[in-house]
Amino acid sequence: MGLTPEIAIDVNNIGFRYPGNPDVSFSNLNLRINKGERFGLFGPNGAGKTTLISLMTGLLTADEGSIKILGYKIGTKKEQVNKLFGFIPQDFSFYHELTPVENLEFFGAWSGLDKQTIKNRTDELLTILGLNDVRNKQVQKFSGGMKRRVNLAIGVIHKPAILFLDEPTVGVDVQTGRAIIDYLLALNKSGTTLVYTSHQLNEAEDLCEQVALIDSGKIIAQDNLEHLLKTHNQKNLEQMFLNLTGKEYRN
Amino acid sequence: MFKLAATIVKDVRILLRDKVGIALMFIMPIVLVVVVTSIQNSTFQLVNKNKLSIIINNSDTGDASKQLIKAINKIGMFKATQVSGDQNEQKIAGAMHQQDAMLGIIIPSDFSAKVNAKSKSVAGKALKSFGLEGDSVKTLGDIDPLTVYYNPVLQENIRLSVQGALRSALQLVESRETLRSLYFSMNEKELPEKLENEMLNNQTAINEIPVSKDGTRTTPNATQHNVPAWTIFAMFFIIMSLSGSVVREKVSGSFIRLKTLPTNYLVGMLSKQITYLAVTMLQAAVIFSIGIWLFPYVGLPALNLPSDVLALVIVTIVCGWCAVSYAMCVGVFAQTQEQANGFGAVSIVILACVGGLMVPSFAMQGFFKSAANISPMHWCLQAYYSLFLEGGKLKDVLNNILLLFIITLLLQVLTFVGLKRKNLI
Repeated sequence: MGLTPEIAIDVNNIGFRYPGNPDVSFSNLNLRINKGERFGLFGPNGAGKTTLISLMTGLLTADEGSIKILGYKIGTKKEQVNKLFGFIPQDFSFYHELTPVENLEFFGAWSGLDKQTIKNRTDELLTILGLNDVRNKQVQKFSGGMKRRVNLAIGVIHKPAILFLDEPTVGVDVQTGRAIIDYLLALNKSGTTLVYTSHQLNEAEDLCEQVALIDSGKIIAQDNLEHLLKTHNQKNLEQMFLNLTGKEYRN
Repeated sequence: MFKLAATIVKDVRILLRDKVGIALMFIMPIVLVVVVTSIQNSTFQLVNKNKLSIIINNSDTGDASKQLIKAINKIGMFKATQVSGDQNEQKIAGAMHQQDAMLGIIIPSDFSAKVNAKSKSVAGKALKSFGLEGDSVKTLGDIDPLTVYYNPVLQENIRLSVQGALRSALQLVESRETLRSLYFSMNEKELPEKLENEMLNNQTAINEIPVSKDGTRTTPNATQHNVPAWTIFAMFFIIMSLSGSVVREKVSGSFIRLKTLPTNYLVGMLSKQITYLAVTMLQAAVIFSIGIWLFPYVGLPALNLPSDVLALVIVTIVCGWCAVSYAMCVGVFAQTQEQANGFGAVSIVILACVGGLMVPSFAMQGFFKSAANISPMHWCLQAYYSLFLEGGKLKDVLNNILLLFIITLLLQVLTFVGLKRKNLI
């Protein structure tokens, strides 16, 4: 008998509805992500991926049910809970007027790190992500790929136990995309749980071991990627995605 | 504390890289204070030192019109130039334009005859009332009104001063003629010049003394009026940078990340308050310094700081904090930067107008006089005027400080409610 895996995120019977917009809503949604997993959350536009991540990170509050992160209920003890995870939003989430170093200094402080730790982590991250040469240049002059790397560096400066990534490679070239995925794989090896959403399913196959497909606020499939492909008799994630969610346009 | 310090450093860095924002907060108010003070100083000098040029066309050959011109010259307010020949409205307008004159007067050809006749008639009535026999005079009718033409750029208060001065000159001419008639009727000889001058020129002098709270007698000038007023305007004008910064942060991706970090956004708001309060202090220091040291070099009166410097510092801090609170409040409620900038700029100009920065509140009537009380700028200005113009001390401005403090607290509460309602904290 194997050991029971520890739960990183436990989404328990949550219900949520945007005020005045019933299109995206959840009802009795359950999801469990284990510690150390590389978890991919996929679905067409408007399926509810970003909403679910927003609920898991406390940006939105569920109307019903509860979400626990490493045993802490979201919405309580913000100072402790929010130290446990990092969030890489789809939009560039930093100050464009500042340099990468200045951004990391500020977000490091807000993540609860001390001055010396911020300095060490800044040097380490800028080297790993190839931003050392431009560390003192204003981010507004950077290319899209460089901005994505700054976005990533800020999200991981405090070495979070769980990292939420909302389309972290959107709009970048193949090289930058590959570098980001390699870095995320290395991060996962060191113990960080990854929760990832993207429309780039080839890339997702490289990164994710556990997959959930979400559509119209419901999880329509969830399993280990290999099992899932076997069960649905599909060659790859993209085929399975189209098979389960259909080919019509989504808004 | 480290989080707050890091946030202040971040805000200062962003502020220093916002060149347009810095220009709006520093260069624009400095230009404004120099230009407005210079213009108002010219108006002060126009009334007090400079002379208004006036063109006089005298169609009359009599003595009364000569006396009138002499009296106008004696007032000291006008620089009179006489033009000859028949003049009508068009011609005098042309002459005014040609000679860059602000005023023009046509003295009608029968002016002296009518003044003489009227004086004799008045003198006759007076003698009759004394029980004496006076000369019977055939009345020529009322004296034709003296028409004054003026350049439309002349402000109403200056026009009223001109009217008053001309009336006194006319009064002098008419009184002189009446006096001469009376004297001649009673003594059958001319009124001696010495006696005439004694009777007409023996006017009681008027001393003007500014009443200040500290007993000093410094004459207020354009600098003392304008520097405090436009310093307040500059402080409130930080809304263009601060409210924009709040909105930018709110609508940008960075805010989403901030909300997922283990720090309350109130730290961010506190940092902005401290940073921009420092900016308002710097604005005041820069504008006051310009008033003290630069103004004399450009021919403007130097700014005299109030004797109670502590009161000045306290009033400046409270004004600055109120300005910062207003800008934060607008930033929290605005949905876009355009909304914040548009509403911010217009509301500041309205609050400045209502608050008495552009038109003195004592000159306002009815609704606007009461409306001045709701403008925080009004209380800032009253406090500054009390210190700069009336020589007031801290105790004299405590009421203003208290009211500003209450307005500031209300704005802070409103900002907090806005942040809560929008789920930002």
